[in-house]
Amino acid sequence: MVSKTAQLQQLWDIAATVHDPEIPVLTIEDLGILRDIRLEEGEAVVTITPTYSGCPAMDTIAADLRLAFMDAGFDGARVELTLAPAWTTDWMSEAGKAKLNEYGIAPPVGRQEGSRLRLTLSVKCPRCNSLDTRELAHFGSTSCKALFQCNQCQEPFDYFKVL
Amino acid sequence: MSHSHEQEIEDEFAGVGDTIASATRVTPGHALRPEDIALQDAPPAEDNAEYALWLGDDSLILAQRLSWWISRAPEMEEDVALGNIALDLLGHARSFLTYASKQWGKTEDELAYWREEEEFRNLRLTEQPNGGFGETIARQLYFAVYQELLYTRLVQSTDSTIAAISAKALKEVAYHVDHATQWCLRLGMGTDESARRLQHALNLMWPYVGELFQDEPLNERIAAAGIGPLPSSLREEWDQRVSAVIEESELQVPQAKAAMAHSRAGDHSEHLGYLLAEMQVLARKHPGASW
Repeated sequence: MVSKTAQLQQLWDIAATVHDPEIPVLTIEDLGILRDIRLEEGEAVVTITPTYSGCPAMDTIAADLRLAFMDAGFDGARVELTLAPAWTTDWMSEAGKAKLNEYGIAPPVGRQEGSRLRLTLSVKCPRCNSLDTRELAHFGSTSCKALFQCNQCQEPFDYFKVL
Repeated sequence: MSHSHEQEIEDEFAGVGDTIASATRVTPGHALRPEDIALQDAPPAEDNAEYALWLGDDSLILAQRLSWWISRAPEMEEDVALGNIALDLLGHARSFLTYASKQWGKTEDELAYWREEEEFRNLRLTEQPNGGFGETIARQLYFAVYQELLYTRLVQSTDSTIAAISAKALKEVAYHVDHATQWCLRLGMGTDESARRLQHALNLMWPYVGELFQDEPLNERIAAAGIGPLPSSLREEWDQRVSAVIEESELQVPQAKAAMAHSRAGDHSEHLGYLLAEMQVLARKHPGASW
């Protein structure tokens, strides 16, 4: 008989294969969106949290989760969306930040916890690693990003905002 | 396996622990099925639901207004910025309306698409036309600062769902305040023409500010129950913050009197009907349509 720990770990691993549709290099685990997994009467219940209130990726992620569980031989999964505690970029894994940088999106610098300062630290250019960068626009291609440009290599790039 | 061991394992996998179990659960609107509603926490009390409806309607109507700018803003970055702000507001509206709708056995979509003009509870400021860009920025400054002060207080709400939605929304609204502030400074200290137009816009929107701080009977009950603040209690800080931005932008704080308004009772300006016609037409023409 499979122990409960191993079973939950297995379910977690299945859920953790799901990627963010807007940032395909990151899994929902990397982003810290995957919050909880449990079994209720044999049914997998996955809890996820949105990055932003209006994040349109949540429905896609929920559908992808159900598919991932079906592929793994389950009947599907129930997906619950939770708002509290509110998601923060502090939950993004170090591995996730490295992947993000590799992909060309500057990862969030600094932490949200206990601070209301957001843009005090220099953002590093993901292309040439220069810290000499400037913000072009507070709002970028998705809710979670701002648009930056590198003053050294001139490359414009997305920056994942601290939230 | 002993009970305590099982409990330990559950705790280990509980992610953020107890908070999850008591946290707000919302289900994406168009996926809302009767069985999802049954799984959710108990519906809110009538007053809480009505209050959530007010908050949701403010965000919904302003989101609809702002989204009009997409492809029409003065620069591409601004299309994106206003689009993002609209999306944040729509997110807040969805959460509040989903919560409120449980009280009446409805869905968020039924509340958004199948209510008539006089059934909407949004503040008159939120339905004001976009005007030139200046009017939109003036409206954003007034509303975003109000919303930030309100949500800051709602984080302490005795209603855990309202508190959770507000805590999340608050982080986003901080960016909205910053956006409006940056534009005020830029237009106010820009050219004579940009300053003149922003001053005109600030004056034009000012009469609708009074209503933001009007205490309605529901507000009194909400405040007594610790669910939310009295709107009037936010006024002093709002005045300080907004005046500081306007003065730094080298413009004048408007002096006009507040317009008479009872939006929370469903009395709206003539603008809301046109807005709703556009927002609701698809859902009404093709009931049950989905992506």
